[in-house]
Amino acid sequence: MTQPPLLTIILTPLLILALATLLTWVERRLLGLWQDRYGPNRVGPGGLFQAVADGIKLLFKQDWIPPFADKAVFILAPAIGMMTVMLSFAVIPVTARQSIADHLNVGLLFVLAMMSLGVYAVVLAGWASNSKYALLGGMRAAAQMISYEVFMGLSLLGVVMITGSFSLHDIVTAQSGLWFIIPQCAGFVVFLLAGIAETHRLPFDLPEGENELGAGFHTEYSGMKFGMFFLAEYAGIILVSALVTTLYLGGWQGPLLPPVLWFALKTGALVAFFILLRAALPRPRYDQLMALGWKVLLPVSLLNIAATGTVLMLHAPG
Amino acid sequence: MPVMILFAASLTVIGAVMVITRRIAVHAVLWLVVTFLALACVFTLLGAPFAAALEVIIYAGAIMVLFIFVIMMIGPAQPESDREKEWLRPRAWLGPAILATLLCGELLFGLRATPHTGTPAPITPRDVGLSLFGPCVMMVELASFLLLAGLVTAFHIGRHRPETP
Repeated sequence: MTQPPLLTIILTPLLILALATLLTWVERRLLGLWQDRYGPNRVGPGGLFQAVADGIKLLFKQDWIPPFADKAVFILAPAIGMMTVMLSFAVIPVTARQSIADHLNVGLLFVLAMMSLGVYAVVLAGWASNSKYALLGGMRAAAQMISYEVFMGLSLLGVVMITGSFSLHDIVTAQSGLWFIIPQCAGFVVFLLAGIAETHRLPFDLPEGENELGAGFHTEYSGMKFGMFFLAEYAGIILVSALVTTLYLGGWQGPLLPPVLWFALKTGALVAFFILLRAALPRPRYDQLMALGWKVLLPVSLLNIAATGTVLMLHAPG
Repeated sequence: MPVMILFAASLTVIGAVMVITRRIAVHAVLWLVVTFLALACVFTLLGAPFAAALEVIIYAGAIMVLFIFVIMMIGPAQPESDREKEWLRPRAWLGPAILATLLCGELLFGLRATPHTGTPAPITPRDVGLSLFGPCVMMVELASFLLLAGLVTAFHIGRHRPETP
């Protein structure tokens, strides 16, 4: 295992920030396309610089903390959100060579750990804002994310059982014959749903359901602190897409095209799918969300583990 | 390596001290999270990345979130924090402090007496699994009994009963 060059470590977060910023524009253009309208198309070629314009606007806004808020925690919350997502990218293998720590033997657990810490961003934002809407949003987020983390972890176990390793590099290498989406299709669906709930994207964006909670947990946030929540959400979409690519779609593997391009293509397609979900689906009620989790996804992921275990035992040598 | 361990270990101690001296419950929980994260660093540096990952996922990521959740549900009560202020009087600390200093001294003495063996070989997730379902399988089963009992109890308490006249 070689040490990654310092340059990679510095460039990765910058690249992800740039991609997340770009994604805000991509999402609006794609939503426009799917809803039969234009979306932002004025600033720069095809509206490309809209993301930059939005960034400049957010940066020049007054940095304001409500006087009734808990200052330290109020500032800490968006930073936690950004940091946990950024750190998770360290273990994602973009190609066999391009990664920071893809050989880490608890790589998958590291991602899960970072995601479980990511809950604090939303919960603390809700608590520190000291406002009713934010508090309700934070509580919804806590319950939703803790519940969906359970199925997320369980749905991954099938992949880990087949590979026999938590290292993401090994998981990709184990898919050279067959992508895990075929033997692990149940795990794939559960993981994807849990991923949407973890990033609290539509249709599972109840922590910020605007028609009942204002803006939910970030009601009191403005300027770049709001921008950090916003960017962390988009970086989270990229993270979940990259994870699904790594775990179920064979990572960088594919014929003809270079590995980096395959990884980008698969991840990009999943990101587009995330945006399509937002364009297409209504938001469920909160109790429906929880019932779906505990009454459908939990049994499905447990059955998936049992089935995978049985098949592995039957095929075990000796 | 020892410098890193000492740094992480002192963070753990500082975090733990902050936990018991904070007046605001959520701040105390946050310091406890810092303590767990520092503890996870210690585990990693000692060559147990699996234990470190579980420490973060379960303690920092799940149990402490539940603590915060409960604090948010209940909300802080002013009389409660006044009462806790009473507990932090210096006189109440004297006895425990003396005993703790004695224990700490004994620990240091014990550590000096045992020879330093260097960093042990890293423990992989596979090793943990083999020992859990090998020599320790009895304890795993007993722990799962306990958890099941807890689950059944929680279900019983939380169940909606039809109103009896």
